[in-house]
Amino acid sequence: MSVKLPIYLDNNSTTRTDPRVVEVMLPYFTEKFGNSASRNHPFGWAAEEAVEVARDQLASAIGASGKEIIFTSGATESNNLALKGVAAMYKKKGNHLITTATEHKCVLDTSKRLERDGFNVTYLPVDKFGRVSADQVREAMTDKTILVSVMFANNEIGTIQPVADIGKLCKEKGVLFHTDAVQAVGKIPVDVEAMGIDLLSLSAHKLYGPKGVGALYVRKKDPRVRLEPIIDGGGHERGMRSGTLAVPLIVGLGAACEIAHAEMAEEGKRTFALRERLRKGIMDALPETYLNGHPDDRLPGNVNISFAYVEGEGLMMGIKDVAVSSGSACTSASLEPSYIMRALGVGDELAHSSIRFGVGRFNTEAEIDFTIDLLVREVRRLREMSPLYEMVLDGVDLKSIAWSGH
Amino acid sequence: MPYSDKILEHYNNPRNVGSFSQSDASVGTGLVGAPECGDVMKLQIKVDPVTGLIEDARFKTFGCGSAIASSSLATEWLKGKTLDQALAIKNTSIVEELALPPVKVHCSVLAEDAIKAAIKNYHEKQGVPAGTEAEVAVASH
Repeated sequence: MSVKLPIYLDNNSTTRTDPRVVEVMLPYFTEKFGNSASRNHPFGWAAEEAVEVARDQLASAIGASGKEIIFTSGATESNNLALKGVAAMYKKKGNHLITTATEHKCVLDTSKRLERDGFNVTYLPVDKFGRVSADQVREAMTDKTILVSVMFANNEIGTIQPVADIGKLCKEKGVLFHTDAVQAVGKIPVDVEAMGIDLLSLSAHKLYGPKGVGALYVRKKDPRVRLEPIIDGGGHERGMRSGTLAVPLIVGLGAACEIAHAEMAEEGKRTFALRERLRKGIMDALPETYLNGHPDDRLPGNVNISFAYVEGEGLMMGIKDVAVSSGSACTSASLEPSYIMRALGVGDELAHSSIRFGVGRFNTEAEIDFTIDLLVREVRRLREMSPLYEMVLDGVDLKSIAWSGH
Repeated sequence: MPYSDKILEHYNNPRNVGSFSQSDASVGTGLVGAPECGDVMKLQIKVDPVTGLIEDARFKTFGCGSAIASSSLATEWLKGKTLDQALAIKNTSIVEELALPPVKVHCSVLAEDAIKAAIKNYHEKQGVPAGTEAEVAVASH
């Protein structure tokens, strides 16, 4: 079976919009194009109906009610709204937030902004697999804590957090619990009731929906969560997020959630099998490869491997027929290696050598096999070109060298 | 950003990959960079003791495509040069030749450092202290 190049294996970065989703969206551009807030004519009514259907589809995927969903432009906005909205609304009750060192930048940067505005934020360190524990959260809580925000599953290393444990603790202590569930929804079970979640962010383009739309789940009962909006205007979404709803995108988000929820069990098995094929194929063929993140509690499609003595961007150049990403500094504009790798304590050298693969709905076994072959070949070639590998083969302890650095 | 053709060419067909024996008196070895920075270059020159010209060069690099290309290009340029001429190689020439984007300029700087380190090591092995008149005299032959 031949493969079509280039191969896409970066599904944690974004996903292809499922053609079934695109089909459902199209009429809302050219035929049912009304503004869903137009109360007085059929164009508006049709749009509103479609939005309400999407709300319910989304809610079903996470165990919530449609009335608890706010549509946004994406998870970055949802995370901003959750943190800033709760902080502003509950600041009389307290000024302390708890989050983790491995959250997405939009959570970390928002937290930094809140710190500048006078809030205190605790960034919990993670263990070598990238996990925090409910005990850590418990120890960090004070009587001023108003929000705990812990991501459901990590985008770089795939590690899944003990969300249900943390949710239970937060319920006990009467502290609101937000989770950035962008990488989890549609891939692993997410249930806001069973897991004690009060706020949840998700994004369409991570689950085979369109880019530019996401949502924030805001609990309505036990307790009723209130938010100060970060966008002022016409009062849409129960006053929590003004702005005309992006009807076609929302329709796409709803459809993507419904498909993902319905196909999750089977797709999870399939992507897991492909990912294990990839992981074993690579790690069995090459010595000195290290899996980053938890070996078992991780997203079914994610695998993140460090290849000692070979630099990540250099390796990606060699496998340019396969789209992946790297934790190497060379691939970031700041020349800093991934802060997530740093938080794991992996060490900068191995951080520079890491590659993230994201297996998804549309990947095939043939693509996985092609990738394994290509990758193994390139790693071997680059190791032959590596002064570090040469030194190690000569029995030199790299830690003993006084590097010149720069 | 897509890589320039020249970078890809050096990356796919690197020139002069390999190693000389460090115990060879006519070999100078420069090892620059650090694993934590994601860039380590080992560059070696073999100097003809009669003519004083660099007759051969080798490199090994741990780094991105631009780093590999910069060091590969450096070994190409070094062959047939005097040590003086080699010391005069500027990183900006590497940037221009490979069309390195601004964020990759530091790779060319490291290559220039590697050349200088290799020459320094060669001089040390000849028993010429670095930076003395004697070194300048040897270099200019």
